[in-house]
Amino acid sequence: MTTSSSDNPGARGRAVAGAASVAGVPTGQGSRSGIAWLGEGSQLFILSVLGIGAFVLLMMLLSFVSELFGGGGAGEAVDPGTGTITLALSTEPPQLDSTRATDMVSGQILGHVMEGLVRYDEFDRIVPGVAERWEVGGSEAVFHLRDDSRWSDGTPVTAHDFVFAWRKAVEPATASQYAFILYPIKNARAVNNGELPVTALGATAVDELTLEVRLERPIGYFDKLVAFPTYYPIKQAFYEGRDGRYGADAVDLLYNGPFVIERWVHGAQLRMSRNDEYWDHERIRLNTIDYAYITSDVNATLNLYKDGKVAVAGLDAETLHDALEQRWKLERFNDGSVFFIEFNHRPSRLTSNRNLRKAIQFVLDPAELVYKVIKLPGNTPGESLFPVWLKGVNGYFRQEYPAPEHRVDLARAHDYLERAKQELGLDPLPPLIFLSGDNPAANKQSEYFQEVFASRLGIEVKIDRQIFKQRLAKMTSGDFDMVLAGWGPDYADPLTFGDLFASWNKNNRGEYANSVLDGWVEVAQSSLVPEERMRAFDEIQKIIYDDAVILPNYERGSVFVRNPRLEGVVRRAVGTDPDYTNAYIVDG
Amino acid sequence: MILYTIKRLIQGVITVWFIATATFFAMHGVPGDPLMTDKAMSEEVRKNLDAHYGFDQPKWKQYGIYIGHMVQGDFGISFAQENRRVNDILWEHFPVSAFLGILAITFAGLGGILFGALTARYRNRMPDIVIMFLVILGISVPSFVFAALGQLALVKLNAFFGTSILPVAGWGTLSHMIAPSLVLGLGTMAFLTRLMRSSMLEIVSSDYVRTARSKGLPTTRIFLRHELRNAILPVVTVLGPSIAAITTGGFVVELVFAIPGLGRYFVQAVQQLDYTVIMGTTVFYGAFLVFMVIVVDLLYGLIDPRVRLE
Repeated sequence: MTTSSSDNPGARGRAVAGAASVAGVPTGQGSRSGIAWLGEGSQLFILSVLGIGAFVLLMMLLSFVSELFGGGGAGEAVDPGTGTITLALSTEPPQLDSTRATDMVSGQILGHVMEGLVRYDEFDRIVPGVAERWEVGGSEAVFHLRDDSRWSDGTPVTAHDFVFAWRKAVEPATASQYAFILYPIKNARAVNNGELPVTALGATAVDELTLEVRLERPIGYFDKLVAFPTYYPIKQAFYEGRDGRYGADAVDLLYNGPFVIERWVHGAQLRMSRNDEYWDHERIRLNTIDYAYITSDVNATLNLYKDGKVAVAGLDAETLHDALEQRWKLERFNDGSVFFIEFNHRPSRLTSNRNLRKAIQFVLDPAELVYKVIKLPGNTPGESLFPVWLKGVNGYFRQEYPAPEHRVDLARAHDYLERAKQELGLDPLPPLIFLSGDNPAANKQSEYFQEVFASRLGIEVKIDRQIFKQRLAKMTSGDFDMVLAGWGPDYADPLTFGDLFASWNKNNRGEYANSVLDGWVEVAQSSLVPEERMRAFDEIQKIIYDDAVILPNYERGSVFVRNPRLEGVVRRAVGTDPDYTNAYIVDG
Repeated sequence: MILYTIKRLIQGVITVWFIATATFFAMHGVPGDPLMTDKAMSEEVRKNLDAHYGFDQPKWKQYGIYIGHMVQGDFGISFAQENRRVNDILWEHFPVSAFLGILAITFAGLGGILFGALTARYRNRMPDIVIMFLVILGISVPSFVFAALGQLALVKLNAFFGTSILPVAGWGTLSHMIAPSLVLGLGTMAFLTRLMRSSMLEIVSSDYVRTARSKGLPTTRIFLRHELRNAILPVVTVLGPSIAAITTGGFVVELVFAIPGLGRYFVQAVQQLDYTVIMGTTVFYGAFLVFMVIVVDLLYGLIDPRVRLE
């Protein structure tokens, strides 16, 4: 609404003139005004009482009607009596059809209500899910399903349910964005491309409880892949009975996980309750997980936490201060993703010059960015494309193969810059385009980089702020020199990062192409020897640094507060996160 | 009157069609598309998606198909929430926004008229000065500040009493609606107060009021029949568009108070380039606004006999 109209000065002038010139007429002034005021005042009073009465009546009517449209009161953050915890969800899960889900929130909900062949336990180990045991060897994998895994309607989960779901995911008509994660299965790519019928997919139900999978090539990490939501089972009869609405509402899903969705009011509430049909239901100690609030407002969630209405609240740089003042215990956790400056390596771009990239590399100090600019605990300075949590041969990959040492070196940086200027034949360099997201955090970072490049290198940088989709469009078309980018893992193997800058990878948006790196990616993809694979990742790690393909900024962490009576919450980089399946309420 | 109504309705339909067309082409002109995600897709996957959503057709053909469906009342399926029809989104979330909006506008309208009349009565005296100061605050402070402050105040209130007096956020019961509707209505109330004040000031010193007074009519009668009825006209004029704006535009308030209203879907759809939801909500809002303006114009004729509708 526009609020620009103002009091009409003409009107006011006339009102004043009228009051002054008509002496003796009761215009609200003079000796009789007292009585007039009383009369008018009480009139207004009666009117306002009537107004308020009408308002209250209307509210009561509306509250009655709104009950029909769902919602409903929510309980306290933790309720030991009913075994209920109440939480806030950042957004409505966009897709609960596991074959088509792509986002974190849907993955989080699906992880609570579905179970795949295997799952991650609280120590991030792969443990049996629907499959009791399995053999992965060469180009074949066999999964033996347990006989007591049941759907929430009481029928058994069979190998056919997996075959059906996987076929659905690669069927072209489904148009699943994550179909690629099944490409290791024999013929999956060809089926997805419409070259072969879905029946050609290399997954067969030998009998009710035996699932046989033929693979395109030997894959050492296939057991980790099948933990992904796209690999969850779907019961064919149920799916087909929903007439295209599978996953749209609570009643349009059949569950085989620890919980079932009991009530789902879009945009308002999603309540999950314990699934008594779940084979391992004795492991589950909570009766109800109630996402009673759906909002992405961090401040609002923290207010709910303060009011004792939600058990967990995430913090950002602004709300962190508030939490510190309250002296709450902060929990930190590394969410597994890595953020970096990605260069545009297309030959037409100045940043395709290695010396220029090296010059920029040697003026940047990730620690300074993390501790002096972002200032959010939980984030750690980025040293490598491979984050610290990835497992290597025996222990952690980064302990076995440390990241190349990096130190700010202005002399070397200027040395590289001079060489770059000579090679490019440009002095001074024209401004570089720095593509960034349009949010407070990204703005802070891009302005920091702009300042650093100007003061330490004398390079001018133009910041191009774009909202999410537009930034993606520009990244894809190559309309940038540098871009603030990041990558989150799909599965718990270094390859989920390792193949990112292979020349054929569509996510390699700077179009970096290096046949040596490509060679190591191929080794990592096809070798079954852990030592050989990890060495390949180390070579990739070195190339990324030596060639300044990207400049790691930080490994993202998140900070949150948790109700002290809620225990057993698992946060993890890969898989369901946060995971409340093992959570419980302590007395206190 | 009937002829006039029909004429206005036809004009309205043309306006809505224009809104739909402009939005369609503006939306497709924005770089990026709804299918783009931070993880790039293989060509096979992208091709499947394009075929699924009809993006492999030329723009004008997509436009034709879309308008064809729209005329039949089908807004299609959301891109961001692939299982939900836009019609369902409108149907489920508009009532929530509408409840909130009606409450807010009732609050704003009653408050605005009451305070406006009060300030005009007590012109340049204490109540006027205090209320007008608050009005300036109400107009100049954006709703997201009020929303955050209001919520914080609720937290403090509940902490002070040691129990939940009013819920901090959420939706479903009467108590959930009070705080957000007050916050949402505040700006409009401030605006209406100013409007009412200036129009009231003009009326109280007009000739017919003076005549009424000199005839010795009771002040109640003068206030209700002559002053209020005349002063309220400009308020009614802006009330129509205000209703449309408030019932649809409470995005921030909906976000802060975790209310499942339509405003959130509208803003999120634009950010995510969710074509069908952008179209659905824009056309719906547009039609709603046009409709409210027509209703106000018709009401005008009822309230003020001087206005003759051809």
